[in-house]
Amino acid sequence: MPTKPDDLEVDPAHVKPDTTPLDDRPVVLDVRDLRVHFALRGGFFDRLLGRSSGSVKAVDGVSFTLRKGEVLGLVGESGSGKTTTARALLGLAPITGGTVRFDAGPEYGGPVELTGLREPQFRAVRQAIQLVFQDPHASLNPAMDLATAVAHPLKIHHITKDRVEIDRRVRAAFERVGLAPVDQYLHKYPADLSGGQKQRAVLARAIMLNPALLVADEPVSMLDMSVRAKILQLMLDLKRDLGLTYLYVTHDLATAKFFCDTIAIMYLGRIVEIGPAAQIYADPKHPYTRSLLAAIPEPDPSRAVPRNLPRGEVPDAARPPLGCSFHPRCQAAFAPCGWEARDVNALLEQRWTAVAEDEYERERVVVGDPVELEAGLAARLPDTRAGSGAAVALLDEIRRADPDEPFWRGVRSVEPEPAGVRLEFNEPVDPALRNVGPVRVACHLHDPRFAPLATPLETP
Amino acid sequence: MTAAPVISVRDLRVWYGTERGPVRAVDGVSFDVRAGETLGLVGESGCGKSTLGRGILGLLPSGSAVDGSVRFRDRELVGVKQSDMREMRGAELGLIFQEPMTRLDPLMRISEHFAETLRAHEPELNSEEIDARSIDTLRRMGIPPTRFRHYPHEFSGGMRQRIMIALALVLNPAFVVADEPTTALDVLVEAQILSILADLKRNFDTSLLLITHNLGIVAEACERVAVMYAGRIVEEGDARQVFSDPSHPYTRELLRSTISLSTTALHYIPGSPPDLVDPPSGCHFHPRCPSAMQVCGSLDPVEVRAPSGQRVSCWLHGPDELIPPGGTAPLQRQELASADEA
Repeated sequence: MPTKPDDLEVDPAHVKPDTTPLDDRPVVLDVRDLRVHFALRGGFFDRLLGRSSGSVKAVDGVSFTLRKGEVLGLVGESGSGKTTTARALLGLAPITGGTVRFDAGPEYGGPVELTGLREPQFRAVRQAIQLVFQDPHASLNPAMDLATAVAHPLKIHHITKDRVEIDRRVRAAFERVGLAPVDQYLHKYPADLSGGQKQRAVLARAIMLNPALLVADEPVSMLDMSVRAKILQLMLDLKRDLGLTYLYVTHDLATAKFFCDTIAIMYLGRIVEIGPAAQIYADPKHPYTRSLLAAIPEPDPSRAVPRNLPRGEVPDAARPPLGCSFHPRCQAAFAPCGWEARDVNALLEQRWTAVAEDEYERERVVVGDPVELEAGLAARLPDTRAGSGAAVALLDEIRRADPDEPFWRGVRSVEPEPAGVRLEFNEPVDPALRNVGPVRVACHLHDPRFAPLATPLETP
Repeated sequence: MTAAPVISVRDLRVWYGTERGPVRAVDGVSFDVRAGETLGLVGESGCGKSTLGRGILGLLPSGSAVDGSVRFRDRELVGVKQSDMREMRGAELGLIFQEPMTRLDPLMRISEHFAETLRAHEPELNSEEIDARSIDTLRRMGIPPTRFRHYPHEFSGGMRQRIMIALALVLNPAFVVADEPTTALDVLVEAQILSILADLKRNFDTSLLLITHNLGIVAEACERVAVMYAGRIVEEGDARQVFSDPSHPYTRELLRSTISLSTTALHYIPGSPPDLVDPPSGCHFHPRCPSAMQVCGSLDPVEVRAPSGQRVSCWLHGPDELIPPGGTAPLQRQELASADEA
């Protein structure tokens, strides 16, 4: 791949902002059905017998395109796979499926397929794709002064050994990121700098090789409030002046709103909603997006604490829920969302958190502790006093106490049995991304086949 | 607001010894927290807010010095014997840390954590009473009783933070310091924990000092807020009042630079917080303050009550009779380099 040793010294006055509509610009990155699965090691006997212990699907079929000059926000909670997606693009996480086509134009060597690239080939690509991490302190070698650190990419990629040339380029990069007066910063060490200054140095290093795409993984979340805006502004300026394209990975929908053209909301390895930022913020479709937006603490005390928060937390990626991964936490979930035996446990735990202790003791005796359940679409709730009908009565009681609980929408039948109760659930359907206006959403509420079954979604 | 203060801090000062001289991390801070009240202490990193929280609980590292007064009910906490302090911590003064992952013993069941805490402070309880109290507290934090005998690794981050809060509250302390309790958590879990903290006074009648850098959290969980800058409280008052009508230029600029969903333009404060070994003379904020006057660089501001009710230390609010002639003229200063920042 030829290098593009152009100058970083761009006079902003001569840069015209790219006014081409987003859809008409060339595609820089085209990710199709990207998968990153990590095999679980399992126990000794499993390995001895060659049994598979399953895998963690950190990224499970993610697709998006990134056009020149676009800022795509990959937003999600921890464990959503957003960072793994970003790292996979740079060859830092093993891609187990899908395609990633990178094409920054002829000056960067034309189109490249990133999946299956070997390390030496990937090295060349990394001149065009640079990564900025969350923690600027950990990204800089404490024993290297800033000039050495920022010049390091030139050395690694064997661009030049000419000291004068290196010095000229380093100074240009320092100027670019606002580490000025340059002489004051060249020979400082990371420990001498504040968080914002360190992140500036990291950005200087990232633009050193004149990349086309910058993958920024939470670049401002470790910085103080009064500095975040400054670094975001700097990144916007760099994008404008150097013609960069950004993949912005974050958990923070507030900065993403300001920064991104397109937003992709991730949950447990999948994109659940993707579309133009303005649309997503104005009219979020997926219940998960809605709750994320409602949960952001606004610096305005006249807004009360949101009461309608999704319960629980991101589930274990090694055993993701059936159907829609968000269904156990979703207030709007209904029949096809993937209700299963495991949800019975959650239902009981939720009840026992709410009732008084003597009631809990009484009910625990009925079904035993811990509750043994079959996995999958049928659950047997045992009755320790077989034939007493106490388990049926308990389920009835739980349902009466909270008839609006989404769980009951997934139950197809409740059959009393001699030794307990048998619950059967509706067939789970995996929600696929479908077009809903200008956005794409993976939610049965927006699927005309299922939407009539749903209870109306309350607007937050 | 006539309830007697549970904790009363007066002119508290904390220094740390360093090679370059003493760092004045807390520099003359005064405030009260009343029964059942939540006070938000907000500021950027390095402003001394965590040091202040720990200073109140007597948890400062060696090499630090404390001066001033912290009155808890009728007892003076500054200069009290370590053994007496240890007895009060937990039972009367609680602390909730930032990282729930590292504060639970991985080899101890949750039930054992509670038993250890309760046995140390209330030896008269028998094991049934211990279990009942612990399960009840956990339940109020949303942890089901079925999980009582699990180990910490079986819980998620948010659950662990709930357990930490339950561990602090099971002894019914009158005053709790929560130091960035949600910083390591995801947005949805953070919101869950915030609503628990906002309900604290309803459920436990505990006074809370909530230390955070996030103004949004203060807005959601606190009745009163104290804004700290470079070791001093620059403004303190009713949270709604302070957020809707900030009196101190720092509060105003901090609110403006916070990126929220309603942000339409990026704004930031020029310059960076000062080095606390050698802080600027006069008002510590004057080198970055857009409204700075001649007097701000030379005289320490005096605390006054702003017309809207909050306490504020800023010469813009007077008292006029203390400002020397010509002191209200705008301060002249050289341009700041763009990277001269936090």
